[in-house]
Amino acid sequence: MLKNDIVDTIRDKALWMRRRAFTMVHDAQLGHPGGDFSAIDIIATLYFGVMRYDAKKPDMPERDRFIMSKGHATGALYTALCAAGYYPEDWLKTYMQPQSKLNGHPNRNYLPGVETNTGPLGHGLPVALGIAIAGQMTKSDYRTFVLTGDGELQEGSNWEAAMTAGNRKLGKFTLIVDRNRLQQGMGTEETNGLDPLDDKFRAFGWDVEVVDGHDVGALFNALSEPPGGRSKPLCIIANTIKGKGVSFMENKASWHHGVPNAEQYNTAMEELV
Amino acid sequence: MAAPAAKQEGFYDCRDAWARTIEELAENDPRIVAVVNDSVGSSKLGGFQKKFPDRLINVGIAEQNMVGVGAGLANGGRIPFVSAAACFLTGRALEQVKADIAYAGFNVKLVGQSSGVAYGELGPTHHSIEDFAWLRPLSNITMVVPADSWETAEAVKWAAAHEGPVYIRLSRMPVPDLAVENRKFEPGKAELVRSGSDVTIIACGTMVHLAVQAAAELEAEGISARILNMATITPLDEAAISAAASETGAIVTVEEANIHGGLGGAVAEHTSANLPVPVERMGFPGFVPTGSVEWLFDHFGLTATGIARSARKAIGRKRG
Repeated sequence: MLKNDIVDTIRDKALWMRRRAFTMVHDAQLGHPGGDFSAIDIIATLYFGVMRYDAKKPDMPERDRFIMSKGHATGALYTALCAAGYYPEDWLKTYMQPQSKLNGHPNRNYLPGVETNTGPLGHGLPVALGIAIAGQMTKSDYRTFVLTGDGELQEGSNWEAAMTAGNRKLGKFTLIVDRNRLQQGMGTEETNGLDPLDDKFRAFGWDVEVVDGHDVGALFNALSEPPGGRSKPLCIIANTIKGKGVSFMENKASWHHGVPNAEQYNTAMEELV
Repeated sequence: MAAPAAKQEGFYDCRDAWARTIEELAENDPRIVAVVNDSVGSSKLGGFQKKFPDRLINVGIAEQNMVGVGAGLANGGRIPFVSAAACFLTGRALEQVKADIAYAGFNVKLVGQSSGVAYGELGPTHHSIEDFAWLRPLSNITMVVPADSWETAEAVKWAAAHEGPVYIRLSRMPVPDLAVENRKFEPGKAELVRSGSDVTIIACGTMVHLAVQAAAELEAEGISARILNMATITPLDEAAISAAASETGAIVTVEEANIHGGLGGAVAEHTSANLPVPVERMGFPGFVPTGSVEWLFDHFGLTATGIARSARKAIGRKRG
């Protein structure tokens, strides 16, 4: 596939994911739509442009792994795995209903394609690190991707893992930070500031790239492995907009776990085309 | 670190059996790896490191990362033994143990070293007497507390072959090998160390050999004490507890742990709901004062004499 075709495919999938995720949140009157929308272009680029996997063989040892450390953004993850073919669309209708496989935070024992259980913040990066170390030990060529929120980086466990990843020179390990600059109540910089985030990761021994997290062409380029690979882990700081794609949601912390009424839902569906 | 206890003839540090066994297993299974938090020495993994330098992952002093890395290694097809001082492994990384190991259900073996009050004078920050209560509700983690070197080796072999999360709790306090004929390690099954009909002493880990001594004291007074080595706390051998309650009518539990929520708590939960009998729980009521391991055991009655005293008390509480 030519790059332009790939980018078009990713855009189509991302649009479908936004519409489907927002419908899930509307129907359940539960969810984290602001964070879903900031992450969707990143996740769509991974699943529909970059990663190697076979949805029919979710345990294939050589699969690339994606760890959703910001586990609350299940609207983004569940629609991606559905679009990737891990389970039928019907399952999405059960989102957060009693005994659903689609819990408010992902569970690997419920759903194929989920690599680990997340929800409490600061867990995904260490687990992803362990996966990457296993790959390095066994000289496997799979890649490990982990997506964290930005506010989540206030958890110290991330920096324990960042130190180890830098020291072990894990070239097949990629962290994407969904840098929407908002946590649940207010801005990250007003809460416990993260800037300069790029310098922090460089100091921990990582390569760093800063991209527009809604420019899927730029994401595709940053996430694609360069010829000859890398000799350090890669941190992609993806500058994103919480609630991206719906005018009244963009950059509003209240949409972290806000849910739409009927009118808001209809307006959003008119905008998401 | 606490000074090692005086060497006693026939007493062995179970960490040596752990280290020997994990090295043997790793020779035959390349999937076995060790993960530590700067705890190579206290985990006695120096030999493992020499033989398998690439299979020992030292994340430094970073327990949350250590346990998360364990889960990731299991995702990547390895069989990780995550080994660290029990107090930091279970305390500092408790949420990782809950979410990444128990809830996610990864095939990770957690090995808590120098548990209980083994660090003696270093105090409650370094003691691990809360771990039973913290881990018992995480019921898909099999929790094993070996009583001697033989059982330690068997538990480690079993854990390596078992698919699922395991917590093995080891001491650094030397203990003698139990004199039991034809032993077979069966997780979830109490080991009958001694038959008896007047009272049952249910013990685990470092306390089992003291319970055996207590039974000898009691025998001299004509009291017949049954001894159960409850090496597996989760899943608990409820049938053996029921049999003890109905056949001996009184129970003493002995653990090198906090009496709230541990082995004694588990036994009391079961008996109170099914076969109420007197249960005397021995262990530590909370944070302990400064003192050597020997002093602490003596101060809290965790001696043959102290256990015998509790057995008499339990028998005295039986209803006509």
